[in-house]
Amino acid sequence: MSVVDVSGVSKTFTGGTNALQGIELTIEPGEFVSLIGPSGCGKSTLLRIMGDLIEPSSGDVVVNGKTARRARIDRDYGIVFQDPVLYDWRTVAKNIALPLELAGWDRRRRAARIRDMLNLVELNGFADHHPWQLSGGMQQRVSIARALSFDPALLLMDEPFGALDEMTRERLNNQLLEIWARSGSTVVFVTHSIAEAVFLSTRVVIMSPRPGRISSVIPNDLPQPRTAATREEPRFFELVTQVRDALHLGADVDRQPEAAEARL
Amino acid sequence: MSAIAVERPRERYVEGVKRGTGRVALFVVVLGSLWGLWEGYRSLWIHQGWTWPFVVDNTTMPHIHDIFAALGRPSQTGGPLLGTLLWHAALFTAKEAAVGFALGAVVGFALGVLPAHSKLAQRGLLPYVVASQTVPILAIAPIVVIYLGSLQVTAWVSVAVIAAYLTFFPVTISTLRGLTSADRRALELMRSYATGPWQVLWKLRVPSALPYIFTALKVSATASVVGAIIGEAPSSIQNGLGGEIVVFNQYYTLDPTKLWATNVVAALLGIIFFLVVVVAEKLVVRRAPEHVA
Repeated sequence: MSVVDVSGVSKTFTGGTNALQGIELTIEPGEFVSLIGPSGCGKSTLLRIMGDLIEPSSGDVVVNGKTARRARIDRDYGIVFQDPVLYDWRTVAKNIALPLELAGWDRRRRAARIRDMLNLVELNGFADHHPWQLSGGMQQRVSIARALSFDPALLLMDEPFGALDEMTRERLNNQLLEIWARSGSTVVFVTHSIAEAVFLSTRVVIMSPRPGRISSVIPNDLPQPRTAATREEPRFFELVTQVRDALHLGADVDRQPEAAEARL
Repeated sequence: MSAIAVERPRERYVEGVKRGTGRVALFVVVLGSLWGLWEGYRSLWIHQGWTWPFVVDNTTMPHIHDIFAALGRPSQTGGPLLGTLLWHAALFTAKEAAVGFALGAVVGFALGVLPAHSKLAQRGLLPYVVASQTVPILAIAPIVVIYLGSLQVTAWVSVAVIAAYLTFFPVTISTLRGLTSADRRALELMRSYATGPWQVLWKLRVPSALPYIFTALKVSATASVVGAIIGEAPSSIQNGLGGEIVVFNQYYTLDPTKLWATNVVAALLGIIFFLVVVVAEKLVVRRAPEHVA
């Protein structure tokens, strides 16, 4: 059974912006799928629809055989935004434990899981720090730990490293792949960065704007596990070129005014 | 990606002592300047015989040291020291104000939570909350006293209710504003965890609102003292600061220092209330530096 099955999804915002049209996408367990495209192509909107944060105007989203709403209520999603969105009145440990608290885990179980998660994102020793005492990259790792803490079937990431500098981003990319390999979860990853999409994904979904749609899907056969050395391989550059060409192709299809751009 | 430099405890301690000394020094300088201004103004006007904007003499502007000296003299022939009298009066008023403050804070918070959850409550309720504050407290006070009196409630409780009436409004408005200030994505995150409205309230909205609520509580803390003092008059309560103010008002031309001394004590009480809220805020609110006033 596929983890995500999006069929015929369209979204028109009040005001008439046609953010998405006729989206078809199936994601299998264990996949790492990147959504990439220019601003306004609806990639974040599609992610939000998968997570039932907003509803599609038409079409269906099935997650783990359930409606997106049911999947959300069953806590099948872990979400990571571009900003860490940590609660600054909570310590790192308590931020990670937030979803566990809400799910009614008892204190002992929570403590054990917090330890595992701090280990996973390599933040041992920072349990009692408050978010504002950490760097941006560390905050984002806390946010990833929080998203993974309750073993969600599906990890939705909306440009999680977009606000970080290039070096931090690359290091977190490496760590994310390790985490992904160990946790075995399925990831949908929205990004602006071609290199990031190619490095991380098992499949790159290329979207184009006005109306937002999937213009092509590029399977990524770079061998696993990927390491820093992967970025030096010829195949990596081939794929980067392939994705870049596909993006430009999509962008050249229409040259309408920029009116809709600001919407997303 | 290094952690921020963690200050060593010793350095932090020295830093704290320095800052504390600085504050005390500033406080003394400002206090001294105010004292100097008062006495300077007084002596200049008396010396020059100036009468604008008002005649300056021992009745209109008594010496500050006379005001403090009055605390150490008997309040009336054969009576207790004025300081002792005002100490007990202040304790009595403090009791009324504290109960009124607590009541006002709880009611104010509840009235802020309801409209934050429903637009209907916001439209239906808020106009009356606002209207309640346009009615003069002097018109409300006797009604409260008569109603509660007919229920055999002790008089000071009526005063507490009057104080609460002055207290709740800022708390309501700030609670409402604070609860709706929660970060949009933080709310989305809660949605993704399928969190019920009650948990969203306690785990996200209330913590986000705390800086706002504490700002309101600081306003309310001093307002509750003023409310208690004002409320004592229509309740015919003699044992509080309000009662003393009424009495010393009548004897002002005979001895102005007693009324001034009472005012000083009332101001101190208000400041203590304020400081209690400040300390509570320091203990309760754990937010990033940019969120703390």
